[in-house]
Amino acid sequence: MWTNMAAHRSTRAVGLLLGRCGGRGPVRVEVLTRQICQTSGLCRKNLAAAGPEKFSLEFIQKQVEDFDIGRRHLANMMGEDPETFSQEDIDRSIAYLFPSGLFEKRARPHMKHPDQIFPRQRAVQWGEDRRPFHFLFYTGKQSYYSLMHETYGKLLSVEKHQDRMRSKGLFSNEVKNMSLSSSRWLTKEELEALLVENVSLQDYEHFLQLMERLLATPYSAIQEEFVLHYRRQLESQSKKQAVPPLERDQAGVAFSTAQGRRKTSQSSVVLRDGGSGRISVNGQDYLAYFPILQDREQLMFPLQFGGVLGRFDLQCSVSGGGRSGQAGALRLAIARALLSFLSEGQMEAMRQAGLLTTDPRVRERKKPGQEGARKKFTWKKR
Amino acid sequence: MAARALTKGLLGLRQSRTVAVGYSIAGHQYSTAAPIKAPRLQVDDVSEKLLTLPLEKPDFFRVSELFSLKDLFDARVHLGHKRGCRHRLMEPYLYGCRLDHDIIDLDQTMEHLQLALNFTAHIAYRGGIILFISRRRQFCHLIETTAKECGEYAHTRYWQGGLLTNANIQYGPGVRLPDLIVFLSTLNNVFQQHVAIRDAAKMNIPTIGMVDSNCNPSLITYPVPGNDDTPITMELYCRLFKMTINRAKDKRRQMELLHGLSPSSS
Repeated sequence: MWTNMAAHRSTRAVGLLLGRCGGRGPVRVEVLTRQICQTSGLCRKNLAAAGPEKFSLEFIQKQVEDFDIGRRHLANMMGEDPETFSQEDIDRSIAYLFPSGLFEKRARPHMKHPDQIFPRQRAVQWGEDRRPFHFLFYTGKQSYYSLMHETYGKLLSVEKHQDRMRSKGLFSNEVKNMSLSSSRWLTKEELEALLVENVSLQDYEHFLQLMERLLATPYSAIQEEFVLHYRRQLESQSKKQAVPPLERDQAGVAFSTAQGRRKTSQSSVVLRDGGSGRISVNGQDYLAYFPILQDREQLMFPLQFGGVLGRFDLQCSVSGGGRSGQAGALRLAIARALLSFLSEGQMEAMRQAGLLTTDPRVRERKKPGQEGARKKFTWKKR
Repeated sequence: MAARALTKGLLGLRQSRTVAVGYSIAGHQYSTAAPIKAPRLQVDDVSEKLLTLPLEKPDFFRVSELFSLKDLFDARVHLGHKRGCRHRLMEPYLYGCRLDHDIIDLDQTMEHLQLALNFTAHIAYRGGIILFISRRRQFCHLIETTAKECGEYAHTRYWQGGLLTNANIQYGPGVRLPDLIVFLSTLNNVFQQHVAIRDAAKMNIPTIGMVDSNCNPSLITYPVPGNDDTPITMELYCRLFKMTINRAKDKRRQMELLHGLSPSSS
């Protein structure tokens, strides 16, 4: 019973040491103790204040070794060469050995290198004599300030170069600046990931201001490599419509191929010039494949819009989905294939008409607690 | 109180060494344990000699050869601020006032600078951590480069509150604080005394400071009266400190090689 109580409550004893003065007898000490009981509430760790979990260097190294051994075992299991077993092979093997139907890809079993699983952490900042490694350690933000120091150093070197050119009389204002239109500056999060340190908004803005100042000086092109290291390529440029190339077969007939998608249907169309308006879908005549007028109208719309109804022969293949989805997929494919035979103005007109846009609408899923995607159960007031 | 301390000593620390030695406090006779000299190893002798040898001469590292009065004058160290900016405690260090401009006494500066550089050299010889602080944006890059070149540390940026006083939480447990702080300019950007002077005094860290005629030299261990505004002056100071520290470290390496020791950590 006593041990149970001790497990729940920790007790501290406070003692006072008293010595007797007087040299006659041996010194006697009396210890008075006072029991202070603490509840388990104080002993509980403050998990929220602890911050992200820190992994020691030995732990990470052990994980790396274990991963490598596991990779070789997996290669042997799959009957492949352990030396050339790459990450794609690992993913493939895991997907084969542990098939999972979970929708969330991140919840599926995976086997990755520890560097991609454990977040990058700071190693211990000082050596055995406890002298810190970095000369700006005592500022608290050593990576950020060393970056600022380096950037300022580059700025000074650019200005020195400019002074030298001026003294030689070779200074010119029309020095070519580097093209920065296709890139953007790092975001604050990317900078934090690069420096492995927290960067505040003001610090980030100061960094950008210093970089802009560097770029504003005339001969900044000599530090191009340094600046580009902190810029990222812009993901999407203004995309022009991809026109399928015009090919010619052995008989000299011009043709073009294009793909189209709608709902769950995928289609591929070959548009041949010099024909008489014959259309075959999956080997069948279009009249037999699409008995409904609406579907055939969908097929005809791009040709009628371009005014080339009787000129082309169509050879189509379509799979997946229902009749309306297949018709829509074919319409998109025909419109795309037609682009290689039309002028710029006609292409723009087709784009305005909406013939070249993939319809993004797909079937919305049913939600639990409702009849369908939107329909709710009968609402009862009470 | 003395008796309590006595018994604490009895029970706590010295129980391993048991030679009886008698002494008296306030007329009463006591006998208690006293320390025996434990047999010392040879390595201890050599490292002790390494540490005490520089203390035998007043200017072991010959820092007074690094600068002369003419160098200080050419670098405009004697130029202070205007009379209105004068700090009362700087009056002993001033030579005079010419056309409202304060002139710092270079003889005094020579002495103070020699003491300061000698102290820096001894700290660097013993492998201490030296931190250069200045809040002047003009010289931030110069000071950081100087610190990097002599293998010491610099802080010329915004001073966060608890860097010295709350070090275990700021940097992590077990951090080692600087053994010497050198202020190349004691004022911050709003012309108030830098917080680090007070914090270093709280943490018992000795400081060296270049005090201009508008600065307060009271809390600084080794104040050096001199200009802190001109680029040429700052370059002189940085050069002097760098040369002192490098000289001291080279001397240490030389002594260690001479006595056949591997590079020690202390």
